[in-house]
Amino acid sequence: MITTMRTRILSLLAGLLLPAAVLANEGAEMTVQRPPLDRHDVASLQRGAKLFVNYCMGCHGAQHMRFNRMVDDLRLSDKQITDNLIFRGTVAKDGTYVTDKIGDTMRTAMDRADAKDAFGVVPPDLSVEARVRGTEWLYAYLRGYYRDEKSATGWNNLVFPNVAMPNVLWELSGQNKLTTKEFPTIEQAKGEFVQVHRVGSLETVHPPEGSADHAVKYVLRVVEPDKPGSMSSQDFDTAVIDIVNYLDYIAEPAKEERIKVGIKVLIFLAILFVFAYWTKREYWRDVH
Amino acid sequence: MSKLLTWIDDRFPLTKMWEEQWGKYVAPKNFNFWYYFGSLAAFVLVIQIVSGIFLTMNYKPDATKAFESVEYIMRDVPWGWLIRYIHSTGASAFFIVVYLHMFRGLLYGSYRKPRELIWIFGVMIYLALMGEAFMGYLLPWGQMSYWGAQVIINLFSAIPFIGPDLAVWIRGDYVISDVTLNRFFAFHVIALPLVLIGLVAAHLMALHEVGSNNPDGVDVKHQPKDPRTGLPLDGIYSHPYYSIKDIVGVVFFLFLFSIVVFFLPEMGGYFLEANNFVPADSLKTPAHIAPVWYFTPYYSILRAVPPMFDSQFPGVAAMGVSVMIFFVMPWLDRGAVKSIRYRGWWFKGPLALFVVTFLILGWLGTMPTDALGKVGGMELATLLARIFTVLYFLFFVLMPWYTKRDKTKPEPDRTTG
Repeated sequence: MITTMRTRILSLLAGLLLPAAVLANEGAEMTVQRPPLDRHDVASLQRGAKLFVNYCMGCHGAQHMRFNRMVDDLRLSDKQITDNLIFRGTVAKDGTYVTDKIGDTMRTAMDRADAKDAFGVVPPDLSVEARVRGTEWLYAYLRGYYRDEKSATGWNNLVFPNVAMPNVLWELSGQNKLTTKEFPTIEQAKGEFVQVHRVGSLETVHPPEGSADHAVKYVLRVVEPDKPGSMSSQDFDTAVIDIVNYLDYIAEPAKEERIKVGIKVLIFLAILFVFAYWTKREYWRDVH
Repeated sequence: MSKLLTWIDDRFPLTKMWEEQWGKYVAPKNFNFWYYFGSLAAFVLVIQIVSGIFLTMNYKPDATKAFESVEYIMRDVPWGWLIRYIHSTGASAFFIVVYLHMFRGLLYGSYRKPRELIWIFGVMIYLALMGEAFMGYLLPWGQMSYWGAQVIINLFSAIPFIGPDLAVWIRGDYVISDVTLNRFFAFHVIALPLVLIGLVAAHLMALHEVGSNNPDGVDVKHQPKDPRTGLPLDGIYSHPYYSIKDIVGVVFFLFLFSIVVFFLPEMGGYFLEANNFVPADSLKTPAHIAPVWYFTPYYSILRAVPPMFDSQFPGVAAMGVSVMIFFVMPWLDRGAVKSIRYRGWWFKGPLALFVVTFLILGWLGTMPTDALGKVGGMELATLLARIFTVLYFLFFVLMPWYTKRDKTKPEPDRTTG
């Protein structure tokens, strides 16, 4: 039986009542909420760096980001970085040191060919991932994992279905499950959804063409806690915010400086404009 | 100092050139807002050349290093991020300024006799600029760089008989590769900038030969001379009057430009596309390939024309003609007057419609053709693109007819301030 379903997936992310942004992802339309990122929150960035090095860098590099950039930006000492963030002496398959010096970039030790064997794809470098996906997406994605016995890794993701990446943060988050409920109206579906502080998606399912049943159904899928991890649900959300904050930082480390310089430049140009305009008026006085 | 100048002038026409081209060039005194964009275009050209030189010092035109070298500029080169954002914003700013400059030409009939050659040089600058922007966009070697170039070069393979060979010849390979990157780099940093500078010089020399048009379309150059000043009645020296006025324009422009450079460098994905932060991958085609905004009106026209006789060539040809048609503008306009101020609704109407058409085609070109859903089994976006493509061409094709039947008012002898 061929069923043509026109589906429009609306994935909503509740929990934090912040302005919504629209993301387009592989044909699905999702509405998600912005994570409350704060670039000035150095403690959050430091925690993000720690989580990134421990949970992400085993497979993903940030090969454009230098460790010692964090000295100024994250107010860490050389020693703090070398002791806590650099796994000294990590040797790559070709025999070269992956990261040894503080002036090195944050490369991963994982060999590309091994990665391809293990996951089917080479895990992407995350240096500028926040500029590719956007922070809203990353925030939803890292919280979108649930148990799925049918998948190769045993995990699946509501935001990135059938993703090759396993749920590396599961020890922290615990084990989540996906619940699916059907509603006859969108109001009921949304009403149910705002009750939960989790990642969810709302799909409008149209009946197959030519079928006698014309009722549109609204399918709500929510990632819900099943078995607790080492962190509470709220603490885990904060940890994800820290990681996303850090990814956003490494995507453009000069952003802070850019904004600071920009304000000065605009003030200078505004003053220059006044003088230029006065001069012009003075010169043009005799033109009638 | 004056001794040195005399020494030079005896051997090289320095003062003469300066006075002919700017210092003693007499311009109409009634230039309005729209007349800023010429000098701004020249200013952006300088910005692009200077920032481009600094980028070249650290950029590596090598398929394995290009993407990395751009990130290196963004992070490790002192002020590299600023230079890169200036250049990427400058590319879009160039088109904004040039489009407004061209629109000025349409408003006041600046392409009309005796300024046809100025206009033609201008259209050639526009073409060279498109080539320059297209080739420059490949250099960051992101996914959009790669697949955008792939799409555009594949257009050439639609040309009958020679197409496929031509595409291989342009790429220097069967796919976009390191070879393509290297030659695009050569064209982007040497060949096309030289062409651009040469054309700009010709554009300005032709302008300073025939004299500037103005919002009233008054022929200031041939006005009677004012006995006190010896200048035409409505003429003033470019220097210092327009030198200082253009500086005001430049500072104002820089203010807006800086807002983008420092606070919105990606401009919501229109100036720097998100997908271009993914390194080029010849095995992974992005779901949606969109050119940068300044090409989207033409991209819409390309997609609007359906394939005929199993060939994409009609679309490619329509796109080519839609740009080239600007060349014949001076001979399509049969209006009795130049300036829109003295034209009637048979000119104002079509011009307004053309502006709307251009903007809508541009908007449609940024999205996938299925973005607006379907109407009666046909994609709405495609339907709209077809309607507006027809309107685009009608603006030009019907111009001899509607400009001739237009009821105009006589142009004055003197400028109206």
